[in-house]
Amino acid sequence: MEPAAVRIERTTRASRIGAVGGALVLIVLLSLPAWGDPSTMRLLVEFIALLVLAQMWNLLAGYAGLVSIGQQAYVGLGGYALVVVADDLGVNPFVAVPLAGVVAAAFALPTAAIVFRFHGGYFAVGTWAIAEVYRLLVANTGALGRGSGRTLKAVFPLARETREVTTYLLALAIGVAALAAVYVFLRSRHGLGLMAIRDSEHGSETLGVDVFRTKLVVYVGVAFGTGVTGALIYLNLLRISPDAGFSINWTAYTIFIVVIGGLGSLEGPLIGTALFFLVREYLSDYGAWYMILLGALAVGVMLAYPQGLWGMVAERWDLRFFPVGRRVERDPSPRPSPRRGEGGTP
Amino acid sequence: MAWVDTVLQGLMLGGLYALFATGLSLIFGVMRVVNLAHGDLSILAAFVAVVVVETLGLNPLLALLLVVPLMAALGFVLQVVILNRLLGRGILPPILVTFGFSIIIQNALLETFSADSRRLNPGGIETASLSLGSGLAVGWFPFITLAAAVLILVGLQLVISRTSVGRAFRATSDDHETAELMGIDNRRLYGLAMALSLGIVAVAGVFLGIRTTFAFSSGPDRLLFAFEAVIIGGLGSLWGTLVGGAVLGIAQTVGAKLSPGWGILTGHLVFLAVLLLRPQGLFTRGRRIS
Repeated sequence: MEPAAVRIERTTRASRIGAVGGALVLIVLLSLPAWGDPSTMRLLVEFIALLVLAQMWNLLAGYAGLVSIGQQAYVGLGGYALVVVADDLGVNPFVAVPLAGVVAAAFALPTAAIVFRFHGGYFAVGTWAIAEVYRLLVANTGALGRGSGRTLKAVFPLARETREVTTYLLALAIGVAALAAVYVFLRSRHGLGLMAIRDSEHGSETLGVDVFRTKLVVYVGVAFGTGVTGALIYLNLLRISPDAGFSINWTAYTIFIVVIGGLGSLEGPLIGTALFFLVREYLSDYGAWYMILLGALAVGVMLAYPQGLWGMVAERWDLRFFPVGRRVERDPSPRPSPRRGEGGTP
Repeated sequence: MAWVDTVLQGLMLGGLYALFATGLSLIFGVMRVVNLAHGDLSILAAFVAVVVVETLGLNPLLALLLVVPLMAALGFVLQVVILNRLLGRGILPPILVTFGFSIIIQNALLETFSADSRRLNPGGIETASLSLGSGLAVGWFPFITLAAAVLILVGLQLVISRTSVGRAFRATSDDHETAELMGIDNRRLYGLAMALSLGIVAVAGVFLGIRTTFAFSSGPDRLLFAFEAVIIGGLGSLWGTLVGGAVLGIAQTVGAKLSPGWGILTGHLVFLAVLLLRPQGLFTRGRRIS
């Protein structure tokens, strides 16, 4: 019997349409400084920052199974690294943003040596404890302004408009780079190994996946992305304190966004971030109630529909804008092979 | 002599930490789940005590008679109605759901009781002290806390080793599938374990509220201290928990004496040192951290 002709499908119709749509959205966003107002740009910087935090945590928890409750450590370290590198070392503040990611990654290596001793729930609490250690160390360091923190002075000589537009464009670049990096990584050989680990750690190990190494690479890479985002956040806010930079709220926002939007997909964090901003805008007059509502939503989603809102959509309409899997399909007639490896914001 | 006094204070504080740690350890032992809302539930108990004290005019220690059953009932309901539905779905859902509880409880406390610090007043006993001679004195209240911790640990040890519920706990802890085959209702058992855990945590929360001021955001630190005491003492060891609490308490008081602001940090650093030098904890039944 002749073997059936099959091909491995790695793109979907939605992903091809999404790539075009994403490019259009990007063009509109790039032109925003010409016609938008500064408050819109500031809001978008915040949106992108939370979206990148969510994508990073999603990669860590949703794909690598490393449920960290301590990612605020890298937001704070990134923010402080920005101030130190720009103000104390005299580096251009915009160049200091990616460097802050390097600093965060450098801290992530010894941190991993400690927290990787734990698994599951104790890994979660362990990462939280380490984040507290970093907060207290910073709060006790005179050069970092102790409990009251520091102000980013390196941007003072710049005109306000220059600063705002550059920050916005930098945020856009970080957002696109983070999305592309996660997408390309997940579609690569290493991404396949990562998803195998998530599904069965022992099984993947017997198939030759280096579990420890893969997890370490993801942990340090995510720390880099989170550190860059922390620097971006404080380039936007200009003032950092230990309680704000290392606040558990960074991780709480992130987790609620990812869980509600859809854990283990790239589309989920996008939807979750949009929902987060909607809820926050509408309930901003009611104090802490938006956090209670988001928390309850996240718990409800986890109980009733663990794949989140995007999981519901994807299942109902078989829609995937960021296909990271491989699909084997029967090949009835030779067609021009699909383009692969393309992505963008839908 | 001042140093002996500091160490003694730390030891007493350790009793309180052992109470927090025991509840956490019990849940992990029986269900292999870490309750991330553990600390916030203890602060919730302290606020419930505030309400009981203010409405009924009771002494906070007497209020325990109401707060403990209330928290135990809440634990049973939380476990049976919500957490049991996450069984068998891997490690992620319990972590995320209990973390959600943590944030919900903190913000609900903020909305209900504002951001002000509170304290429970037991009417003088918190300042009375007991002289040990040669200039040493310990506060009555820290001493009562330590004694209560030891009593609760002894009680829990007896429950676990002597009663049928305790036997079911041990069986489920070792192999929950086989235990179920032998006729144990795991779901009800998990509810009982959570009730027991929150009952102990309620005692810890009220004692904490008498000892020091607390606010809506005091919970996470309690969880971290409980976790550190468990790890220092060695997983799965009830008496190790007491030692872990004592080590942590002493580290914190000694650190705070060396330099104010370094108390809690010293506790964290001692925890890290134990983790690096003796990852299985000081007392252990040979089980690896998992």
